[in-house]
Amino acid sequence: MNRLGVNLAGLNLSNPTMLASGILGYSVETLESIVEGGAGAVVTKSIGLEPRDGYANPTVVQVSCGLINAIGLPNPGIEEFTSEIRAAKTALNVPLIVSVYGFSEEEYATVSKKAADAGADAVELNVSCPHVKETGSEIGQSLEILSKVVRKVKEVMEKPVFVKLSHNVTNLTDIAEVAAKSGADALTVINTVKAMAIDAETAMPILSNKRGGLSGPAIKPIAIRSVYDIYERVKTPIIGCGGIANWRDAVEFLLAGASAIQIGTAIALRGPNVFSAITRGMETYLKRKGVKSVKEIVGLSHRR
Amino acid sequence: MSDYHIAANKLRTTPILTVETESPTVKTFTFKDKECSRAKPGQFLMLWIPGVDEIPLSILSTQEDGRVSVAVKEVGEATQALHSMKAAEIIGIRGPFGNSFTEKHGRILMVGGGTGIAPLLFLAKKVASKTRKLVFVIGAKTRKELLFIDKIEALCSKSSVIATTEDGSYGIRCLATMPLEKMLDEEKFDMVYTCGPEHMLQKVFDLAEKHRIPLEASLERLMRCAIGLCGSCIIGRYRVCRDGPVFTANQLREVKGEFGIAKRDFNGRKIPLE
Ligand SMILES: Cc1cc2nc3c(=O)[nH]c(=O)nc-3n(C[C@H](O)[C@H](O)[C@H](O)COP(=O)(O)OP(=O)(O)OC[C@H]3O[C@@H](n4cnc5c(N)ncnc54)[C@H](O)[C@@H]3O)c2cc1C
Ligand SMILES: Cc1cc2nc3c(=O)[nH]c(=O)nc-3n(C[C@H](O)[C@H](O)[C@H](O)COP(=O)(O)O)c2cc1C
Ligand code: FES
Repeated sequence: MNRLGVNLAGLNLSNPTMLASGILGYSVETLESIVEGGAGAVVTKSIGLEPRDGYANPTVVQVSCGLINAIGLPNPGIEEFTSEIRAAKTALNVPLIVSVYGFSEEEYATVSKKAADAGADAVELNVSCPHVKETGSEIGQSLEILSKVVRKVKEVMEKPVFVKLSHNVTNLTDIAEVAAKSGADALTVINTVKAMAIDAETAMPILSNKRGGLSGPAIKPIAIRSVYDIYERVKTPIIGCGGIANWRDAVEFLLAGASAIQIGTAIALRGPNVFSAITRGMETYLKRKGVKSVKEIVGLSHRR
Repeated sequence: MSDYHIAANKLRTTPILTVETESPTVKTFTFKDKECSRAKPGQFLMLWIPGVDEIPLSILSTQEDGRVSVAVKEVGEATQALHSMKAAEIIGIRGPFGNSFTEKHGRILMVGGGTGIAPLLFLAKKVASKTRKLVFVIGAKTRKELLFIDKIEALCSKSSVIATTEDGSYGIRCLATMPLEKMLDEEKFDMVYTCGPEHMLQKVFDLAEKHRIPLEASLERLMRCAIGLCGSCIIGRYRVCRDGPVFTANQLREVKGEFGIAKRDFNGRKIPLE
């Protein structure tokens, strides 16, 4: 029996670990190496309607307990990327989720439909990128726009639609509820947290975009709280994300209410095998606790 | 270097100590940075030109007092901005990143082109006194662009330095790979190290394969994070910033469809190498 298997909005994952969007998610070969590393599902880089070059360097600043990035959503555009999706679908034996961003509800819908038609098992709407104007957080902050985007995407495709939320809002649980009511099949919580770094010698912001988003261990407590709060409010499955680097972190997210988890920055620390290391640790934990399925611990801390 | 160290490698700002002109298009910049002064040959650093860009550069040399040098060729906006900087101006450093050349001591052949000579010179300094034989083939377009020829000749004994220029203004008039064919037919080598333009690397790789000599080549790809996360620098399943920049012949065989042929553009699309 596989204690770690989960059904996430209809997708069967052999274990609850997933690759977070934007990390090595451009090519079939790198996605394959992540799957070999033990990931239960993979999410691609966020893809838009048109190709985008992203920002000039510096695009990443390493800080205590994490890193700040403003890569600027570089991607080849959905037309070019469909061949990669098709190839990935045949090469990978785990669910393939394509992350999608757009500048309007139509763009989200068009890109999502093309991704699904090319073979994506689900899409994840990135409505929470903290460093690109007019996509991402502007959409994820407005209850009205968010609802329109999710409904529009649900209209054009049948496969599951995940919505990735940001903590950079005053009413996270309201936003989660609206996403759920508009038809989201799962909520990914959270994207990077608004952040910045300035160099003392030159008095200059380091990132070329000046502002960026923080990831890594520094944001884990913020993400845990976000998952915990949303779990109390909505029934939609939650995918926890933010600062997960070992099995304890992963278990903490499940206890807070996440059905699955995503890993990004820790790949810089531990390489693609971080997935199997976390999975093994979780399995030992479940055995030790006498728990037959990982599902039994989802949200367990709410009952304590 | 531990993985945590790589991921937690913060940007340091430091003044430029000296700027030396090596050729009409190449300058060497020296600054102090403790962490990079412990780098191994083949590793690179990310150099921040405040307000302009951050670019990957191979480490050319290190000193025990913490000094580090890089040789920079002016090719575009960032390198031009760096070339206009003087001693005492502030730059930022992250690194060292990536793997390094293995340090073999048998009969060694090094083939360098352009600024690709920099990491090989660093390696040659480390291994020269221990090798059984060291032959260094360097190539450039013109005499003026031949880098570090004096330093290399001082290390290798003049007879084992073969310089080539495309216009014949120094050494042999040909591409750096031309003298190799004959040399490999006549002499035995235990290891080939190469760095430079990728078409040259590919030619050297083909010759080393033909003569069944182990090879390590240092590649360049677009770098953003330099810590193996963003996927900008991928070739096949490898991240050049983390699994490279030095690749063995075995690894290069695996990525034959891309090596010498294609790279990733700023938007992640595969495009032909220029
Ligand atoms: C591992 C590695 C080691 C390198 N070592 C040296 C060295 O020792 N000396 C040296 O002079 N050059 C070296 N380079 C190349 C150097 O990074 C580029 O010449 C420089 O980034 C060009 O910037 P630019 O703005 O002046 O030129 P641009 O006009 O921006 O670009 C010119 C070309 O440089 C390349 N380039 C631009 N930005 C980047 C980037 N962020 N990462 C990688 N390539 C880029 C592209 O191929 C581009 O076509 C190295 C590159 C890599 C990847
Ligand atoms: C370099 C980098 C690029 C990212 N790109 C994207 C992206 O394209 N789309 C997206 O939804 N999230 C992106 N993210 C956010 C991650 O998917 C994740 O939500 C965040 O980093 C928190 O998780 P972590 O602490 O495990 O990295 C990116 C993060 C990093 C560090
Ligand atoms: S530069 Fe980001 S993965 Fe290599």
